[in-house]
Amino acid sequence: MTLAAEAVADAAADRDGAAITSSGLTKRFGKQLVVDDLALEVPSGAVYGFIGPNGSGKTTTIRMLLGLVRPDAGTCALLGGTMPAAGGEVLPKVGALVEGPAFHPYLSGRANLLRLDAADRRSDPATASARVAAAIDRVGLSAAARKRYRAYSLGMRQRLGIAAALLQPRELLVLDEPTNGLDPQGTREVRHLIGDLAADGTTIFVSSHLLAEVEQLCTHLGVMRTGRLVAQGPMRELRALTAIRFQVRTPDAELALATVAALGVTDAARVPAGVAGSLGEVAPERIVAALVNAGVAVAEFAQVTPTLEDLFVQLTGEGFDVSG
Amino acid sequence: MSAAEVASAPSRVRPVAAWARLLASELRLIFGRRRNQVGLATLFGLVVLVGIALKVSSLRHPGSTGGDLMSAVAGNGLFLGFAGLSIEMALFLPLAVSVLAGDAIAGEANQGTLRYLLLAPVSRVRLLVMKATSLAIGALTGAFVVAAGGLLTGIVLFGARPLTTLSGTSIGIADGLWRLALAVLYLAAGLTALAMIGLFISTLTEQPIAATVATAMVGTLLWILDAVPQLDWLHPWLLVDRWPAFIDLLRDPVFTDRLVAGLWVDAAYAAAFFALAWLRFRRADITS
Repeated sequence: MTLAAEAVADAAADRDGAAITSSGLTKRFGKQLVVDDLALEVPSGAVYGFIGPNGSGKTTTIRMLLGLVRPDAGTCALLGGTMPAAGGEVLPKVGALVEGPAFHPYLSGRANLLRLDAADRRSDPATASARVAAAIDRVGLSAAARKRYRAYSLGMRQRLGIAAALLQPRELLVLDEPTNGLDPQGTREVRHLIGDLAADGTTIFVSSHLLAEVEQLCTHLGVMRTGRLVAQGPMRELRALTAIRFQVRTPDAELALATVAALGVTDAARVPAGVAGSLGEVAPERIVAALVNAGVAVAEFAQVTPTLEDLFVQLTGEGFDVSG
Repeated sequence: MSAAEVASAPSRVRPVAAWARLLASELRLIFGRRRNQVGLATLFGLVVLVGIALKVSSLRHPGSTGGDLMSAVAGNGLFLGFAGLSIEMALFLPLAVSVLAGDAIAGEANQGTLRYLLLAPVSRVRLLVMKATSLAIGALTGAFVVAAGGLLTGIVLFGARPLTTLSGTSIGIADGLWRLALAVLYLAAGLTALAMIGLFISTLTEQPIAATVATAMVGTLLWILDAVPQLDWLHPWLLVDRWPAFIDLLRDPVFTDRLVAGLWVDAAYAAAFFALAWLRFRRADITS
């Protein structure tokens, strides 16, 4: 990739194979430090979940990545081009949904997309109509394509916003809260859509405060808290940070506690149904065997995978509330 | 069918065609908007009303002719084109331009469409030049509609005949129409300069109404300052001071001194405020 802007690209842009990089990215609004020394690294082909409470600086980060807001310090690069300088080269390959959809209320969905297409000087006017129709079809909005945007429901607006991001074949999609306002059916459709796009090799950077959503979609994770990136990496590695727990349903809780303690489980405790604890290094099958040998009546043994929220709480030491 | 399947390979950029496509999209947006259509109809309707009022008055007091433009209309409908410009020059045309200018950046920011335009992507300089061009076209359209409204009403109510110039000579109808077209262009230049002030104000806020009101106030303030005799030293530097000079086009030969000076002032204002808009907009954080 040869970009004019590479001449001014810094180390952040040189890291090869990363769709998004940033180093030292910092932004203040007035006195408030909104984004603080951020070092993002989103590998090409990843589905990167960017999570954090409302107000943790996700959207400001996204605006900086896309060149809408200037960082006070640090640099960021999209697809190898330093932003905002390389925007003209890079942005045609990036589809984005930033802080909800926004369109002209008196134009139809189709006319709105045609306007955005006309704004991109590289787009081919000859294929505009077909591309707009395809993008609208892909988000299931064909029936309402010629309705005025103001008549759209919240979910339809969100779909049109996603359609705008799909007007061209993209190498990178930046989706800020893509399922906001969608019904369960719509949420599932968007999840499938993201899965399909990722399967085609598109890198996807999706911000969300819905942890369950991210859990189902993402291969990589970045966790924001009050403007700082508190953790980042492949989902598997981050998940390994949280202890996997087990739960035994049994009437013989005392005996079960003693048995698992003998196996080296240090934090076993009584729960209403029986006994629970962290697996640690102990293999689950050994626990079951030991319990049965000890004569404990095991009604159920379950391995409990921690939720992303457990991980988040562990990483930040705090609940998932609005950041100050 | 996916977007990728129907998309052609990235085509060669044809700058002129791409520019025309973007501008056409903007003009469709401006002229397709009901509010703007009503505004143009109002500009048109006002001249028609003035024409009717003059007709009524000429029927009540036949034969009373003064030396001014309004009185001349009764003798020759063509003059209503010029009179219409003169009537709407101070308030209605600047107001119309202020509405468009207020919308230019602040309107897009207010709706959030500004961020998606910039991500399309449109470079900021391209967006600003496109907005300025569309404002100039809007200003020209406003002046044209007023002149056309006056011309049509005048011809219908008073008829058309060769004009007697302010210098007392007579010129043909075609020559008169040509001079009216020049008057439209001349006023459009002044209105465009006002629109550039509005464009700058529009980059300062996310509230289009605030930008519109501020621009209209600047326009009005300029007229007020221009009317205060104690400030005569300031008058040559005021944007609106030479707008009425379009009447010099009705002299024979055309008296060009004030017109040329007026165009220079227009150009200076337009350049200065476009530059300010650019300085403000090129590094602005788009948080809307």
